[in-house]
Amino acid sequence: MTNSTLPPVLNMDAVDREQWIQMYQQMVQIRTFEDNANQLYLSAKMPGLTHMYSGQEAVAVGVCEALEREDYITSTHRGHGHCLAKGAEFKPMFAELLGKEAGYCRGKGGSMHIADQESGNLGANAIVGGSAGIATGAAMSAAMRGSKQVAVCFFGEGALGQGLFYEVMNMAQLWSLPVIYVCENNMYNEYTHYSETTAGDLMGRAQAFGIHSVEVNGQDVREVYLTMQQLVARARAGDGPAFMLAHTYRFHGHHVGDIDRAYYRSKEEEKEWKNNRDPIKNFGAWLIDKNIADQGLLDNITEKAGQEAEDAVQFALDAPYPLTEEVDYHVYAD
Amino acid sequence: MSTPTKESVREITFSQAVNEAIAEEMERDEHVFIIGEDVAEAGTPFRVLSGLVDKFGTNRVIDSPISEAGITGMCVGAAMTGMRPIVDIMFGDFITLTMDQMVNQAAKIHYMSGGKLKVPMVMRTTLGATRRSAAQHSQSLHAWVSHVPGLKVVVPSTPYDAKGLLKSAIRDNNPVVFFEDKLSFQLKGPVPEGEYTIPLGVADVKRKGTDITLVGTSSMVDIAFQAANQLAQIGISAEIVDPRTTTPLDHQTIINSAKKTSRAIVIDEGYEQYGTTAEIASVIADGAFYYLDAPVKRMGAMNVPIPFSPALEDLTVPTAEQVVAMAKHLCGQV
Repeated sequence: MTNSTLPPVLNMDAVDREQWIQMYQQMVQIRTFEDNANQLYLSAKMPGLTHMYSGQEAVAVGVCEALEREDYITSTHRGHGHCLAKGAEFKPMFAELLGKEAGYCRGKGGSMHIADQESGNLGANAIVGGSAGIATGAAMSAAMRGSKQVAVCFFGEGALGQGLFYEVMNMAQLWSLPVIYVCENNMYNEYTHYSETTAGDLMGRAQAFGIHSVEVNGQDVREVYLTMQQLVARARAGDGPAFMLAHTYRFHGHHVGDIDRAYYRSKEEEKEWKNNRDPIKNFGAWLIDKNIADQGLLDNITEKAGQEAEDAVQFALDAPYPLTEEVDYHVYAD
Repeated sequence: MSTPTKESVREITFSQAVNEAIAEEMERDEHVFIIGEDVAEAGTPFRVLSGLVDKFGTNRVIDSPISEAGITGMCVGAAMTGMRPIVDIMFGDFITLTMDQMVNQAAKIHYMSGGKLKVPMVMRTTLGATRRSAAQHSQSLHAWVSHVPGLKVVVPSTPYDAKGLLKSAIRDNNPVVFFEDKLSFQLKGPVPEGEYTIPLGVADVKRKGTDITLVGTSSMVDIAFQAANQLAQIGISAEIVDPRTTTPLDHQTIINSAKKTSRAIVIDEGYEQYGTTAEIASVIADGAFYYLDAPVKRMGAMNVPIPFSPALEDLTVPTAEQVVAMAKHLCGQV
């Protein structure tokens, strides 16, 4: 379904060994973060709910690997992967999930609103499709300031039900803005298969505006990264926006509490994706096959991420809540 | 607050005052731009922005598609990344189309990010009925946005206030919604040539009086003046307080006036139910209770969709005669 659209110029050899390993490491970090976040929920240590990114790691990592730190992203309710791939760190991430003052947003945002200006993350957004305007506006701002920055808007296929997308994609193409719309089709709008909510096809939505549109296998970080590199180069050169449709799958339910899923998707389907289309497993096998890494190195990466997560979780659990007088700070900026 | 020099005061229209404020701020700060439907060559249907495009070009005075949510969202993103956008929403009725971007995005980003991100943007739009424009072009919806923490809301009544407040709004680091009364565009008043600003959140006592306080906003300040002149002829001295901004609201000036006069009527062109008048009346009832000789009264737009027929439309907006009758009643004159 995907390789047919892969431009022939994608060249794996141009990527050096360290960079591939770095991508593997980031994907493992995201998976580890999510496993720990899930545990925090299951052990009743986390207030509220959270949405797991596990299974989609190749998209966030492949996309963000093609960006500079100054470039912008906007993220979604399923956003931990985007934040980490763009440069967020475990400790303030976990602290934010637990509503602690040491969190990226001083505990005021929580899992669905992590923002980190330092790494170009303009914020996760809990309104589906709500950040389409922000990302496109950041691209307009970059163009106006001549900064050469690029903005990436992450969203799921469900967000294409929102009218805002069609307004801003029209303007992005009209004004040649450096924005890349990354649609992660994990196939489910919450608890509903996207085929039940989608007339026509997903690619056609961006193509209607004449936006350069590509389709990738979102389980393959190599394909995501190499494709994204080209889209970023185009955007930076002033050649306008792009739409990347990444086919992927969320391993968990809509959120951590969505355990009984049989009524909307089968165990067999989940098993097929987890066993045969796990982006980390498959990428790791390729790294070994190409002699880029050996099993020992990969195990080491997993172990290190696990240790780092354990420390960060402990840090977050021990960290203090914000002072109560903070409740009405930051309503208005000075 | 910077004060103008006396010698250079001339009379210009409300519309010219708005135009000057924008021109001066665009001159002063290259990050200020304005975007909206027909803002460039057309200068808006009310010609308020005429000439700006000649001075600043189409890169800073930007005609947009008819996409209120899209342009508002893009201004949020541009504001978060270093620009100071002004989004022009032609009719106040159309702010309903921008609500997610204003209420869930612009208003909350500073807070949700723990004070890291800022949204220094202005939305300029209109209010006011009796232009025979029917139900979707005549509403005064400032109460909607005044309800939301994180937004500031300006409702100027004179050319002088419009200019000074708009300049402050553009320099403010928060999202500000600026409502202009459509019937005031041709209203003339003294506006100094020199630079001045008026801080947001400071009410203005527009007429001194001793017997009753008339709190009027925007279009209703003129109604209050007409009423005060009629009341003067029958020996009732009315004080007029113009809050100028509904969020933040200058409680103290309003309360002080009510304490002094012992009676108050609040007049505003928004719908009376759950409206601006209710909020201000409650402020007076709380803050001046022991000084009041009569219940605080409020007069807003009738709780009906604005009708087209002149015979009906004129019934929906408070008139000077109604204010006079109410004031006489409160002062014990029948």
